[in-house]
Amino acid sequence: MAWFKKTRKPMASSTADKPSRVPEGLWVKCPDCAQLIYNKDLEKNLSVCPKCAHHFRISAAERLRALLDGAWTEHFADLSSNDPLRFTDTKPYRDRLRTTRKNTGVNDAVLIATGRLEGIEVVVAAMEYSFIGGSMGVVVGEKITRAIEIALDRNLPVIIVSCSGGARMMEGVLSLMQMAKVSAALARLDRARLPFISVLTDPTTGGVTASFAMLGDLNIAEPKALIGFAGPRVIEQTIRQKLPAGFQRSEFLIEHGMLDLVVDRRDMKAAIARALRFMRAEPAPVEQPLAAAAAATPDA
Amino acid sequence: MPPDTLEFEEPITVLLKEIEALSMLPQTPERQQSIDGLYRRIESIRGEIYASLTPWQRVLVARHPQRPTVLDYVERLFTEFTEISGDRRFADDHAIVAGFARYKDEPVLVVGHHKGSGDTKQKVYRNFGYARPEGYRKALRAMKLAEKFRRPVFAFIDTPAAYPGVESEERGISEAIAFNLREMAALDTPVVVIVHGEGGSGGALGIAIGDRILMHEFAIYSVIPPEGCAAILWRDSNRKVEAAEALKLTAPDLLGFGIIDEIVPEPTGGAHTNHELAAALLDTALERALALVSSMAPELRLDARYQKFRAMGNIGISEP
Ligand SMILES: [Zn+2]
Repeated sequence: MAWFKKTRKPMASSTADKPSRVPEGLWVKCPDCAQLIYNKDLEKNLSVCPKCAHHFRISAAERLRALLDGAWTEHFADLSSNDPLRFTDTKPYRDRLRTTRKNTGVNDAVLIATGRLEGIEVVVAAMEYSFIGGSMGVVVGEKITRAIEIALDRNLPVIIVSCSGGARMMEGVLSLMQMAKVSAALARLDRARLPFISVLTDPTTGGVTASFAMLGDLNIAEPKALIGFAGPRVIEQTIRQKLPAGFQRSEFLIEHGMLDLVVDRRDMKAAIARALRFMRAEPAPVEQPLAAAAAATPDA
Repeated sequence: MPPDTLEFEEPITVLLKEIEALSMLPQTPERQQSIDGLYRRIESIRGEIYASLTPWQRVLVARHPQRPTVLDYVERLFTEFTEISGDRRFADDHAIVAGFARYKDEPVLVVGHHKGSGDTKQKVYRNFGYARPEGYRKALRAMKLAEKFRRPVFAFIDTPAAYPGVESEERGISEAIAFNLREMAALDTPVVVIVHGEGGSGGALGIAIGDRILMHEFAIYSVIPPEGCAAILWRDSNRKVEAAEALKLTAPDLLGFGIIDEIVPEPTGGAHTNHELAAALLDTALERALALVSSMAPELRLDARYQKFRAMGNIGISEP
């Protein structure tokens, strides 16, 4: 699979998280429990450590594969940033974009797809962390807005899987405004009574958290994901203290009332499907309550 | 007392010192003449300096401690201001002010960040304008009040950022800002936004969605403070001058990008040099903006607001 072989060199994230992406090679060492895992086994397990359930970071394409029933249609893949600010730091943003496009094989930090999730037609936006830290610039904002507009047009639920360090600095205030733009589209989705499931993965920070990631009808996080507005280092500088263990992790957020669910990646698809069936009043296709199943079996 | 001078206003500082020295001597008509002459020189030097400020210099002007606050403008342009408090959830955040007043005799609602003016005690009381979740929730509650009674909203923007502290995260600063973005997009009443000081990232945007966006001549509006940007991208916060340049955070830049609708002129030397004149200049722009957005049919206004933000950033996209 081409997406898996590509060299990925994610930009250093602003957070102090461990490198968590599946490395190249046959064997992978889990950063949490040090278990050696055969690459193919890890892949089959949706990149979750079979021993300790550490969630490795996955690409947007892997995410779609994990959530959707089979083939999907990708949309707006050819949108790309034209470097509106002509931004240069230690190197020109233009060069950074070119290199990143080549290394990741995608044009910006989000993939938009329509497909089926347990048979339910959905629009999914999956963020690609290896593209400049999954940062939200004008292309990410526009593509997610268009995804929401597809949903409005075709009466579909929206799922956004966040994995992002926040707004993209190299597009300045234009990237800041994407928070407003996507949120405005979500206001329309909300008024149209269409479902929006926000899935928060490690990391979801800054302007992404402070806009669409927190606006789900349900906000569902993967375990131990870093989720916050300000980066931990910025907060430490402000309060001049070390932050407590687990601060800004999924389990901290759900205790503080900001998340509906923390769900293991291997159960995510089923959890979203259940939520969508509640929201869309779709019949439960496979599972039946235990009592009903027992009653239906004559010799039970 | 003349306002504090900034680092790039050195020639003005020198003249002010001369004036101070002359003023200590016994007054004579000749001496008074020299003092008046020095003041005229200051004015002309100020004009020259402020005609070509660099982006970083604008950052310093926008952050000037004597820059007018939302309440300075309210005091000069509005009557019957009644401040209201609290988010009805947790607390009252003094970093965001909310209240109702009259503008040109019309009942209106005002919200705005406040950094605190005067002494350190005042600044601490306002948390230096760093709002917590309860500030954003108070602001939205006030704006919903305006919607209910069909009153227009003026949102004054001046904050370094939302407060980056433990309790902000615990109480959901992200959710508070996000929810405001969504609800302000659909708030069914005219909203005029005035970025008059520091438009600091999501903390600014959290109360800055509206039909007409005004920005002061020397205000700034940025995705990140130049210091923070320099620390991350240059790995050296001292490169803030270059970062300020690269971020394109000035009012003319934002007008060019279509992020703001209009630039509000300031007194020569910046709003902090003359609060009265700054207020008078804002008054002209406010009156026009309010008339414009109030004249629109509600449905059209909401759609125009959506299209306005919908289009933001599209100049940065290539689509084959
Ligand atoms: Zn493990």
